[in-house]
Amino acid sequence: MSKAAYVRPLDMAHGRVDMSHGSGGRAMAQLIAELFAAALGNEYLAQGNDGALLPQINGRLVMSTDAHVVAPLFFPGGDIGCLSVRGTINDIAMMGAQPLYLAASFILEEGYPLADLKRIVDSMAQAARAAGVPIVTGDTKVVEQGKGDGVFITTTGVGVAYDGVTLSGDLAQPGDKILLSGAIGDHGMAILSQREGLAFDAPILSDTAALHGLVAAMIASGAKLRVLRDPTRGGLATTLNEIARQSGVGMMLQENTIPVNPAVAAACEFLGLDALYVANEGKLIAICAAEDAERLLAAMRAHPLGQRAAIIGAVLEDARGFVQMTTRMGGCRMVDWLNGEQLPRIC
Amino acid sequence: MCLAIPALVVELLPADMARIDLDGMRKEVSLSLVDDVAVGDYVIVHVGYALQKLDPEEAAQTLALFAELARQP
Amino acid sequence: MRYVDEFRDPVLAQNLSASIALEAGAGFGYRFMEFCGGHTHALSRYGVLGMLPSNVQMIHGPGCPVCVLPIGRIDFAIRLALEHDVILCSYGDCLRVPASDGLSLLKARAQGADVRMVYSALDACKIAADNPQSQVVFFAIGFETTTPPTASIIKQAHAAGLKNFSVLCNHVLTLPAMEAILNQPGGVPLDGFVGPAHVSTVIGSAPYQLVAQRYRKPVVIAGFEPLDMLQAILMLLRQVNTGRAEVENEFTRAVTPQGNRKAQALVNEVFEVRDAFEWRGLGSLPWSGLKLRAEFAQYDAEARYPEMHFVSVPDHKACECGAILRGEKRPQECKIFGTVCTPDNPIGACMVSSEGACAAHYTYGRYRDVMQEGS
Repeated sequence: MSKAAYVRPLDMAHGRVDMSHGSGGRAMAQLIAELFAAALGNEYLAQGNDGALLPQINGRLVMSTDAHVVAPLFFPGGDIGCLSVRGTINDIAMMGAQPLYLAASFILEEGYPLADLKRIVDSMAQAARAAGVPIVTGDTKVVEQGKGDGVFITTTGVGVAYDGVTLSGDLAQPGDKILLSGAIGDHGMAILSQREGLAFDAPILSDTAALHGLVAAMIASGAKLRVLRDPTRGGLATTLNEIARQSGVGMMLQENTIPVNPAVAAACEFLGLDALYVANEGKLIAICAAEDAERLLAAMRAHPLGQRAAIIGAVLEDARGFVQMTTRMGGCRMVDWLNGEQLPRIC
Repeated sequence: MCLAIPALVVELLPADMARIDLDGMRKEVSLSLVDDVAVGDYVIVHVGYALQKLDPEEAAQTLALFAELARQP
Repeated sequence: MRYVDEFRDPVLAQNLSASIALEAGAGFGYRFMEFCGGHTHALSRYGVLGMLPSNVQMIHGPGCPVCVLPIGRIDFAIRLALEHDVILCSYGDCLRVPASDGLSLLKARAQGADVRMVYSALDACKIAADNPQSQVVFFAIGFETTTPPTASIIKQAHAAGLKNFSVLCNHVLTLPAMEAILNQPGGVPLDGFVGPAHVSTVIGSAPYQLVAQRYRKPVVIAGFEPLDMLQAILMLLRQVNTGRAEVENEFTRAVTPQGNRKAQALVNEVFEVRDAFEWRGLGSLPWSGLKLRAEFAQYDAEARYPEMHFVSVPDHKACECGAILRGEKRPQECKIFGTVCTPDNPIGACMVSSEGACAAHYTYGRYRDVMQEGS
């Protein structure tokens, strides 16, 4: 006959991650139960197995994975938790698919405060719940102090493609229109504003958002979509160059149609950066047949995440894949790939 | 070769520092290279230092000149 | 942005562009050098080059501190960080510049060096105050605009009695470089200069009289905004067409004839002119660089680490940066431009910084070369 041993609850206020939390023993089980399962809880996670058994899915499956590292872990407008949920939801959505399930795997650094970990996991839970996409399975490992940067999160998602919709970066055709769902550069600039040695105050929040609802509305509009992509790292310019190269086409943008929030524009001027290359976490680029562009634009603007959507340019025939832009001044220039990481400059 | 931008001085701080504002972006910069800066002045900021006060009358004159030239051709 | 947006007005820009075309007429060509890399970058980025008639050619000058910084100076900084375990603070501009042995400051960091990006010299000083157990070296680059902040921080470190802070000084001077270009044997066909904006806020417009009087070249000091540059080009055309060679100031909202006396005094107190300084692409130029005065030797990294010395590193043989910086050649005339030498893999000086002539042309303008080839 055995008696259940008393287990002291995790000290969420003052406790820290230690090596035992990744050891596979009781401490790990406790962390999972009291922190992860408590926050993320859903019927699949509750199965308590090494994987989740999911209902049958009809249709073409889409799968995507994304490793999330961000410094600082908490930034104006978000944190690594919500970012990791929405980032993978967006990757699935950009494939023209409805995201269904997520898996999350954590690498925690020894010594990381449990209170902060709880904030991150709560933020994930909230983001997943709001998006209607449950986290159905996960894993946790702990690395020694100094071998991690607090928390790394990898999320993997599964979704099902909309019937009759096939999107790919190589489908842009000359004559197509290029649409953008809103103002650029907010996420990257929100992160930069917190960077040691650069710190500045600005009313800039990360634009982190789950875009699958907007995508659903765009697909429901009936417009002939060819490419969807979220311009994250490398910003709008880099993403457009990727599509141009994949499709073997050129592009012509109109600078005065690309929305940029004033504080982001100001910070860019101050630091010598170009908003076209600054990261976004809640914007998408759509390329569609010219005749459907206005219809698609209307559908985007009717959605809360696309209110400032705009047609920003057109696809051209150009096997060299050059992206050009008519500047606000009426001149013309190229919009090239990002060269390395965009660093603040003084000259 | 030297990136600099005019920004509005919104607050004078101790140790010859000031808070500047550029469309909502705020940062502390040094005033150690300029004299007689007051709140409401625009200064040209480079690497965290105000290099020079901006002369609003001269700016207005330059803009007026552009407008005049624009009428000529 | 006040005092920025007004100077980017597209309607006024079109009108200025029309005035320029009228003034330039159909006749012979005009060649103007924008000395400053900031102008080079802005001309390309705003598409201003495309708004000029074909007989007005802009030659990109050497006013890019990152471009003209010799590789040996970066090697010096890297060795300080790797071999002397100093905390090396640098502006973001220098971090990716390729140095010897396949290194750069960023790659040195990957090898364990403590290299930190700073936005301001103030931050470097703060890092020194926060890390009293470490030596902190600030890698100072720049023309007369960036020098006063360095001077100010040295004074501040002195006042605070900081014992662990020093500066590796690479500050250079504008006029000796302009003179070097004008003194080229054989001479470069230039009809005038667009003078630097922010350098001139410090040194004033008066020093350029030398260029106008001795070399008979017009100089128009211009702000960095597109309308400023168009206006300056128009003023240069008018000088040439009326046979004048004067110093004119388009950037009167920030530049006075005498400049910023307080900043000048501070620089003179802390720095003195070196006998000679090596410029990448231009070679060693007399009286063209600054070093710390003996009174401030304790803040001079070159004095603090006397066993270290500058080793000159020759540029790649096929690289035409020298000719490009002197205005003799255009980037696309270099054999390795856009093939071996790109912004991702810069070989020559003009490709290393976004305001270098080659990088600006590669990033913003090379589609035009292709169109010309294709047509």
